[in-house]
Amino acid sequence: MSPSAATPAHHTLSVLVENKAGVLTRIAGLFARRGFNIYSLAVAPTDDERFSRITIVVDVESKPLEQITKQLFKLINVVKINELDPDESVERELVLCSVRAGAGGTRGQVIELVQVFEGKIVDVGPDQLTVMMAGTPAKVDDFEELMRPYGIIELQRTGRVALPKLERQAPRLRSVSGKVG
Amino acid sequence: MKLTGAQALIKSLEMEGVEVMFGLPGGAILPVYDPIIDSTIRHILVRHEQGAGHMAEGYAHVTGRPGVAIVTSGPAATNIVTPLCDAYMDSIPLVVITGQVPSAAIGSDAFQECDTTGITMSVTKHNWLVMDAQDIPRIVREAFHIATTGRPGPVLIDVPKDVSMQMMDWYWPNSVDLPGYKPTTVGHPRMIKEAARFISESRRPVIYAGGGILKARAAEALRTLAEMTGIPVVTTLMARGAFPDRHELCLGMPGMHGNYTAVTAMQKSDLLIALGSRFDDRVTGKVPSFAPEAKIIHVDIDPAELGKVRRPDVPIVGDCRQVIQELVKAIEAMGGADSQPDRTEWMAQLRQWQKEFPLHYEQSFDEGGALKPQYVIEQLRDATPDDCIVVSGVGQHQMWTSQHWKFDYPYTWVNSGGLGTMGFAVPAAIGAKAGMPDRMVWAVDGDGCFQMTAQELVTAAAERIPVKIAILNNAYLGMVRQWQEMFYEERYSEVYLSPDLPDYVKWAEAMGCVGLRVERPEEVLPAIEKANSIDDRPVVIDFRTDSSEKVYPMVAAGHSNDDIIVDPAHGEGGR
Repeated sequence: MSPSAATPAHHTLSVLVENKAGVLTRIAGLFARRGFNIYSLAVAPTDDERFSRITIVVDVESKPLEQITKQLFKLINVVKINELDPDESVERELVLCSVRAGAGGTRGQVIELVQVFEGKIVDVGPDQLTVMMAGTPAKVDDFEELMRPYGIIELQRTGRVALPKLERQAPRLRSVSGKVG
Repeated sequence: MKLTGAQALIKSLEMEGVEVMFGLPGGAILPVYDPIIDSTIRHILVRHEQGAGHMAEGYAHVTGRPGVAIVTSGPAATNIVTPLCDAYMDSIPLVVITGQVPSAAIGSDAFQECDTTGITMSVTKHNWLVMDAQDIPRIVREAFHIATTGRPGPVLIDVPKDVSMQMMDWYWPNSVDLPGYKPTTVGHPRMIKEAARFISESRRPVIYAGGGILKARAAEALRTLAEMTGIPVVTTLMARGAFPDRHELCLGMPGMHGNYTAVTAMQKSDLLIALGSRFDDRVTGKVPSFAPEAKIIHVDIDPAELGKVRRPDVPIVGDCRQVIQELVKAIEAMGGADSQPDRTEWMAQLRQWQKEFPLHYEQSFDEGGALKPQYVIEQLRDATPDDCIVVSGVGQHQMWTSQHWKFDYPYTWVNSGGLGTMGFAVPAAIGAKAGMPDRMVWAVDGDGCFQMTAQELVTAAAERIPVKIAILNNAYLGMVRQWQEMFYEERYSEVYLSPDLPDYVKWAEAMGCVGLRVERPEEVLPAIEKANSIDDRPVVIDFRTDSSEKVYPMVAAGHSNDDIIVDPAHGEGGR
């Protein structure tokens, strides 16, 4: 899996689903059955407890995006799908990373990099630090690359979450297929 | 009113107008079987759960109403997966109810437990695991709504045993609230106009009618469109009967075993008007060389079908009947028949092909001449009423029946198209006859297919459902044999079944049916007439047919439709 998340083969879909048991299984099952690839996935309830929002980054090299969204939309629990164009949306990802940083050695350099990236030190061990950083997927990629030489022990990224950009006029959301409204 | 979950479930089915359901009880569904005794719904006790599912499909095929099956948990649920998948592929409305172990035992590997909703997720349009009896009326209402609207399909409701026994306050919802389910039925007016314009500019158009025509009850509308524009119609395997075979504009079935004219008309056309069809691989052959010069108008209620295989020039999402009616209006507004260009050359070409490449077989009446399956089918066709319902299994007999029958009415042809489920015919015929008791129902089956589900003849005999079964017994898994002959240098691997093991006549008699055997062409008609005269029990005729007979025309898998082999009798390349 390439770390560069912004290649054109990837598209971000924001999928509003009914907050019901098994919805994620239905979506994952559909991707598996139709031979679609998920690059990353983030799920959480929205402000309206009836619905959850799933942000899926899909790999469209195997199947065209249109077929993916149309098949997704056939799931009864899927309410709305928007494709989020990177230029017209804000995207963020969070990474947690345990990295080698001995007190007598590289610890200072790691702390400095974390500050440059406006990250945080969230845990401290004798010769390791666990650091947190949030930013655009590309920035998270850069951060990960810069941490790598120090020796990454463990790393966990959240997958992308995204919302459309606010504009002076209504956000130019491209509704891929709109069952609602 | 306080009811148990089980009572609420049966009452909900009654509220949905269910008249008949097919099932077999067991542990986890026991509470639901108790109120069935007091219900107005007729329950037909099957001998295997797969039979219940296919019967429900046969019922739905011919009545247009959703078929209902009810079975227990675990092995019963897995036994009904095949009919669910079959119905999913062919867009048949089914509501299947399964029992489940008590909710507290779910996940513990309890006796007869399986993850029914998980297993059936990819073969249902939607499914539910009921966790509260109070939800039952709402879920049943949603289930019937989803099964029968949009692109129809199977749904499943899994009911744990404790939920069936739990008390609830009865109610019946006035409407369904499904924020994520709003199928588009009305076609886009601009696209319909565009379609009308494409049609008026086409010199070599073909209407490519699929099963969606039947699902949308659009046969009348299709006929109006075809007759007004004079455009010829091909009817896919799922659409046989959607346009009358005896109509002068009907070209018959296209595809791998379609007739030369239907296949070649599509190949050479400049406009394919796809109505409720899905560019299945058995129709298109090799996709890049399918109908290379044709523009495409594609009408389907499922937006995912548009552009899935072939990108349409005019995509229209909507209900086939409504869209065709609007299309007819749009063409009328352009001048109706007068707006159509001169297509005499095209029609003459089609007539020429029809004359030159008809379906072909030769029945010898000499001593020792083998009985040809096509002859049996033609005799059966001519000795039954025009509205006789014909059901088939999957394989050579299915293709011969589709080719040689004359389907002049919609909903007279029942078969398993997409999934190709061997063993479909016997139970589906029983379901069809249960739905249409006044109509004659014949199943044309293969000997391989028959052996998969024939135990359901016991159900038919016990329930007094007098279906008639014609086994085209060629002692082989015939279609596989045909492929081994053609593509595996006649190396016949595991395809021989024997003509008289089992003895089909004795088998029929043991199951409470009349059993007949036919070996000579002159015996065919008398046997059929005898079968037609019996109406108090099922009849099985064992027709001993020629094992070497193959289905032609044929487009080999993965080949271009241009490479159609009409018949070896036509010499090199079959052309």
